[in-house]
Amino acid sequence: MSSFSDRLLGRVRLGGLLAVAAPLLAIVFAGLVTSLILALTGNPPLETMKLLADYGAQSRTIVMIINLATTYYISALAVAIGFRMNLFNIGVDGQYRLAALIAAAVGGALVLPAPLHVGVTILVAVAVGGIWASIAGLLKVTRGVSEVISTIMLNAIATGVGAWLLTTDRLAVAVSGSNNIGTKPIPPSGQFPGFSLIPGTQAQVFGFVVIAALLGIGYHVLFNRTRFGFDLRATGKSESAAIASGVNVKKMVLLTMIISGAVAGLVGMPQLLGASYSYSLDFPPGLGFTGIAIALLGRNNPVGIAIGALLWSFLDNSSDILDLEGIPKEIVIIMQGTIVLSVIVAYELVHRYRLAAEQRRVSRELSTNAPAPLEGAAA
Amino acid sequence: MEAVISTSTSPATATDNAVELEGITKRFPGVVANRDIRLSVRPGHVHAIVGENGAGKSTLMKILYGMQRPDEGVIRVNGSPIAFRSPADAIAAGIGMVHQHFMLADNLTVLENIILGSEPRRRGVGIDFALARAKIAEISAAYGLGVGPDVLVEDLGVGARQRVEILKVLYRGARILILDEPTAVLVPQEVEELFGNLRRLVDQGLTIIFISHKLDEVLSVADAITVIRRGTTVASVDPKDVTARQLAELMVGSELPSPETRESTVTDQVALAVRNLTVRDADGRAVVEDVSFDIHKGEVLGIAGVEGNGQAELVEAVMGMRPAQGVIKLGDADVSAWPTLRRREGGIGYIPEDRQRHGLLLESPLWENRILGHQTRKPNVKGPWIDRAGARADTQRIVTEYDVRTPGIDVDAAALSGGNQQKLIVGREMSGDPVVLIASHPTRGVDVGAQAAIWDHLRAARAAGLAVLLISADLDELIGLSDSLKVILRGRVVADVDPGHVTPERLGSAMTGAKDEITPAPPPATGVVPEPPGPATTGIKGGAVPEQPGPPTGGSPDQLGSAKADAGEEA
Repeated sequence: MSSFSDRLLGRVRLGGLLAVAAPLLAIVFAGLVTSLILALTGNPPLETMKLLADYGAQSRTIVMIINLATTYYISALAVAIGFRMNLFNIGVDGQYRLAALIAAAVGGALVLPAPLHVGVTILVAVAVGGIWASIAGLLKVTRGVSEVISTIMLNAIATGVGAWLLTTDRLAVAVSGSNNIGTKPIPPSGQFPGFSLIPGTQAQVFGFVVIAALLGIGYHVLFNRTRFGFDLRATGKSESAAIASGVNVKKMVLLTMIISGAVAGLVGMPQLLGASYSYSLDFPPGLGFTGIAIALLGRNNPVGIAIGALLWSFLDNSSDILDLEGIPKEIVIIMQGTIVLSVIVAYELVHRYRLAAEQRRVSRELSTNAPAPLEGAAA
Repeated sequence: MEAVISTSTSPATATDNAVELEGITKRFPGVVANRDIRLSVRPGHVHAIVGENGAGKSTLMKILYGMQRPDEGVIRVNGSPIAFRSPADAIAAGIGMVHQHFMLADNLTVLENIILGSEPRRRGVGIDFALARAKIAEISAAYGLGVGPDVLVEDLGVGARQRVEILKVLYRGARILILDEPTAVLVPQEVEELFGNLRRLVDQGLTIIFISHKLDEVLSVADAITVIRRGTTVASVDPKDVTARQLAELMVGSELPSPETRESTVTDQVALAVRNLTVRDADGRAVVEDVSFDIHKGEVLGIAGVEGNGQAELVEAVMGMRPAQGVIKLGDADVSAWPTLRRREGGIGYIPEDRQRHGLLLESPLWENRILGHQTRKPNVKGPWIDRAGARADTQRIVTEYDVRTPGIDVDAAALSGGNQQKLIVGREMSGDPVVLIASHPTRGVDVGAQAAIWDHLRAARAAGLAVLLISADLDELIGLSDSLKVILRGRVVADVDPGHVTPERLGSAMTGAKDEITPAPPPATGVVPEPPGPATTGIKGGAVPEQPGPPTGGSPDQLGSAKADAGEEA
């Protein structure tokens, strides 16, 4: 039957209402644990939650939540692509940082008409992410190196390479009015326009949210409607059965790693093309690791990941208000951790419940059909 | 139906028994692993439990050792009913288990391995090594195990490691030992040593439950034998009263429908030709060596052999799942360099030996399983896209035509019983219009009804011109379905056998390497059945019995028949 990691990574389906029961159970449980911690640290739980909710409902915060969630969503999709076939791409972090840096440098150096300029920049990011990830893929298929180890190492290497590239001798220029350095800013023709979605604020939603949504749809179509996706899922569910059915598992590993890395290359794009237009020392780090947590939270389902990304982003953004009220905002990190753990536990509980229920159902059916010969016990 | 040969252990004396199982039933979704198991083990006995792979021995032992809880039934240990929640409960009740695969830490000494997890304490914190050493020396001497406490386990041979495992169990106070296939990893001399140890243990009043499917070993060591078939206990016998052949018949059952196909449909067109095929394992040892054969259209070629003699590797090499040297031709095309997918597209169908690992995605619905292995062909795909409607419609067709009992095509494959899973696989592999079908143990672990249905499908396909490579441990199936038979031993084809003139027992002796009885022999004279000498290498499966130069063809069933009559009187 399924292993714990299968269930962890959402490769086992839960039917009907049970699919909803698990996340609800998890959120209720996470709420209880957080309340307990708040109460223990001398903060009123209910008021704190209310503060978060109120601040999170403001127009400006909503825009920020959507924007950050867009980034998280792409990151989690990149991780989920690997998860669907048992590949743990821990290297999304390094892949997106390197991709964003090089894409920013190319975008800043180019002079092209608007759509082409954006397109080329994005293409560079996708290519860099894919190539960087392919190193781990190649190591795995040719030398059997665990992709967990190699991607973690490649993260460190990406940090080093990035630091080397991001100096004024090479790709960076000094940012005026500060001691920050960054790539040459991308001119307006290379910027991805945002739009005003939420009334009551000047802040604009990243145009990249559309790309993220398309990626989500593409993810669903790829996995559920194409032969490639079928092979990929089959490999993830049972490598032995996939081999017997003629799937070239090595090729699948390499391709999946490259696709995962290519999507990871897009993670920095909403920020780069929609807000900062330059890769500087303060470009947001660590998005790849958040993506792992959100992919787990969303159980590799594109809609689940969207909900997870929004929840995570909501907690990140609305936590700013807590500091003003004298409540440590780190409480939110505890909440996020608790939610991930309780989702995993809840799915495990619901899965066991389902197994037991099915076992009972089988027993019932067997006893009602007593005269028929029983499978495995035809005596 | 059930053959129960008279037994020396009468259930009436239940309170005297070391272990008593009554009506034990264990269900997993879609399968009944154990049904109505009855077992009485007398103290001071070596009690053997024999059955084919997949007959339910392991599940039974897991229940007895507290690793699984039965759905129904009573376990009594020394007369009192007990419910085990975990192996700790079983250990507390004096039951210990020696697993087939040793659970020892190589980098620790024998002493450390033995006390691991139940260390004697000194003043609450320290480990009292002196006490442990004394206790181990005492146990080792008492039972003649001869294990030095300060040797590193990595320096020990397999037989000594097994004695450490036994010592470990005894150290925890076990009086009832379960040994799961203990001889599987031993060479013949070590087996003799082990049996010597076991005798000393029972002489000291311990009870041993011995699981095996090697009949000669069972007959030489056991005081009582219980046979398990298809999840239930079918007989309890005294080893003095049975022959290996009778035991084998009890294991595989004699009520099987006949797989007989006599009128030949063999043509002269070669569908699959294999020449000088050699497969090497990771160490470079040849596991299949220089095997050549032709299968013609309409022919079933059976491969007989004791399991583990290269059949699995042969099949995987033909499927392209395993690198091999030699030439494989499908029709006129040399497919030796083709990947698995291309061979499948070229018309090789594949019923894998282990359907759950190689044939199905257990956690996927049936219609997705229909696509598996056919993901480049109609009606499953249109170009790069999965054709959901086409695949679903065709799955429905297979379910109907092949009588797959299921509530629908959207249920997971795991929810189906083994027989219905197998029917789905057979239906799927037949749907690709195969030229060649490779059928590995096509009816293993399926119920009798499904078995007959699968045989019918194979016969019909053969009549329609399909070439079949059949690998099976069921000798009746092999002899009945095959047009020609090859015997494989240690990776080499050692004999060609005419299935029309061979009996299961003669085929069985050919499988173990006995050279004398391969050609069709004149009907042997009726008379005394010689006691089997029991070659040490016979890993007997599915009715393969140690070499018996000429049992009277009609004699044994008669003996069995009278045994059944006895059972009838007793029951």
